[in-house]
Amino acid sequence: MIEVRNVTKLYRSGSVETRALKGVSFRVANGEFVAIIGHSGSGKSTLMHILGALDSPTDGQYFLDGVDVSTLSEDTLADIRKEKIGFVFQAFNLLPRATVLRNVSLPLMYLGIDGKEREERARRALLAAGLEEDHFGHYSNQLSGGQMQRVAIARALVNNPAIILADEPTGNLDTQTGEVVLQTFERLNKEGRTIILITHERDVAEHAGRIITIRDGAIIGDEKRPHHHEDR
Amino acid sequence: MLGIIIGIGSVIAMVAIGQGSQGSIQASIQSAGANLVMVTPGAQRGVGIQASAGRGSAQTLTQGDADAIAAQVPLVQAVAPDLSRRYQITAKGTNTNTEVVGTTPSYSDVRNVAIDSGTFITEQSLQSGARIAVLGPTARDDLFGVGADAIGQTIRINNVPFQVVGVAQAKGGSGFNSPDDYVYVPITTAQRYLAGETYVSTISVSAADQQSMAAVQQGVTDLLLQRHHISDPLAADFSVFNQADIAATASTVTNTFTLLLASIASISLVVGGIGIMNMMLTTVTERTREIGLRKAIGAKRRDITLQFLFEAIALTFIGGAVGILLGWLVSLVVTSVAGLTTQVSLSSVMLSFGVSAAIGIVFGYYPAYRAARLNPIDALRYE
Repeated sequence: MIEVRNVTKLYRSGSVETRALKGVSFRVANGEFVAIIGHSGSGKSTLMHILGALDSPTDGQYFLDGVDVSTLSEDTLADIRKEKIGFVFQAFNLLPRATVLRNVSLPLMYLGIDGKEREERARRALLAAGLEEDHFGHYSNQLSGGQMQRVAIARALVNNPAIILADEPTGNLDTQTGEVVLQTFERLNKEGRTIILITHERDVAEHAGRIITIRDGAIIGDEKRPHHHEDR
Repeated sequence: MLGIIIGIGSVIAMVAIGQGSQGSIQASIQSAGANLVMVTPGAQRGVGIQASAGRGSAQTLTQGDADAIAAQVPLVQAVAPDLSRRYQITAKGTNTNTEVVGTTPSYSDVRNVAIDSGTFITEQSLQSGARIAVLGPTARDDLFGVGADAIGQTIRINNVPFQVVGVAQAKGGSGFNSPDDYVYVPITTAQRYLAGETYVSTISVSAADQQSMAAVQQGVTDLLLQRHHISDPLAADFSVFNQADIAATASTVTNTFTLLLASIASISLVVGGIGIMNMMLTTVTERTREIGLRKAIGAKRRDITLQFLFEAIALTFIGGAVGILLGWLVSLVVTSVAGLTTQVSLSSVMLSFGVSAAIGIVFGYYPAYRAARLNPIDALRYE
């Protein structure tokens, strides 16, 4: 499903060269729930950008669903993101003056899908993300933080992506609401979704089935967690 | 957006005023007489319409000239010489100072004067030099009261008694030289009792049809040069005006004026466009995160460019629509307050819509381009 092969990322600013990633390699199989954990400056954001096809590595390869996306053009990367990736951001990034349904169906508009089908798929995604139906017509700026993040999760699901990439999804939420969101991810993973979650908090990472630890641009740990949701 | 509204509104209003004045000038030229060629004494100067010649200006035209034109120039339908001067006119208890036109019966055809009651100057009164007068409606109002029956009444022109035999129909026009204010008397009477001289102030010639006007103009010029024994046309002691030329010149003048006004208004449009551009640039900055998000979920540069371009065009289009409405209202106000006729033309409305859209495209392009070029990673991090 995903293969990162010897990926290096260099940033050059004037004469200063920063190595954000140094020869990172790993694989993620279909249906895995992986957490990538590291402090700020560890390179986890850079890795996320490459996994999300928002950026290309300076060296090495990134295979997504069998396709090497590391050398593609900006427009082609946009297509890859459109079809294969669902993003969930720390700051939700919803359109404030649009309704919940319109927010969720936004990716489908860029995919050229017509109105009726867009609405159906948006509704299904919202239900899968666990948002109550009476909120569907509300404007996104009328919702609470937890509800907004669930709308964002629905938006990430609506294009039926190969992977869901979540960048600090609970960073702007209180512990209790954050817990609800993380359990949503666990449920989606149990339903078969491949999820990659980036965080700096250990207790958040422990909701995943596998934790990859990254420091100074290199992977220093890769542990499989026992599936603790079976213990509950 | 206010700049667009004002710009479009003023273009519409100014073009409407220009078109309206064009229309009314044309109409008043036409109402002076159809296919009219006018001969005035004095050398050719600029364009003049209904100048009150006579006092102080050269006295080079005679009745003989008028007769000769009628007899010898081909394609001439009718000729009406006139001797016109301003006099003090009194009736019982009232008085007015107005233009007295001494002329022939053909004047009513050549110069389009229709009779409302009574009769115009007859051949008989011309021959006998009778002291009869035909009043224009405004002169009648001034001397006898609005709408009064003046037929049979006596007026004194320059203290000479005249009997009113007819009243003319209203032609419109206001101010100093209104044709409704004239008083018509036989030219022979004017020459004998009023002016004391036998020259003629103007000779009006109606051509057979519009196509013959140029030929008539040339024919009259040649004949008079010959009669006045002048060999060099540039030294002519008279001028021959072709009404069509006057109309065309007036047309050019109003068109130039309209264009000038519209150009000035266009500056407002450019300013409005720059305002839109600044507004869009601010919008793009405020929506940086949104642009980053859209790109993350798969929007390409082209998608973002089109999105913001459409928003700019929508803004300018709405501004244009409001501006058109405003311009139409302003031209209505001008008509009711200042009395100028105005004509909002469909072509100026269509042009305004087109211009609004164009301004949206031109001034919206740079902000849209800036939006599209944003790096999604940086954009998503924007505070």
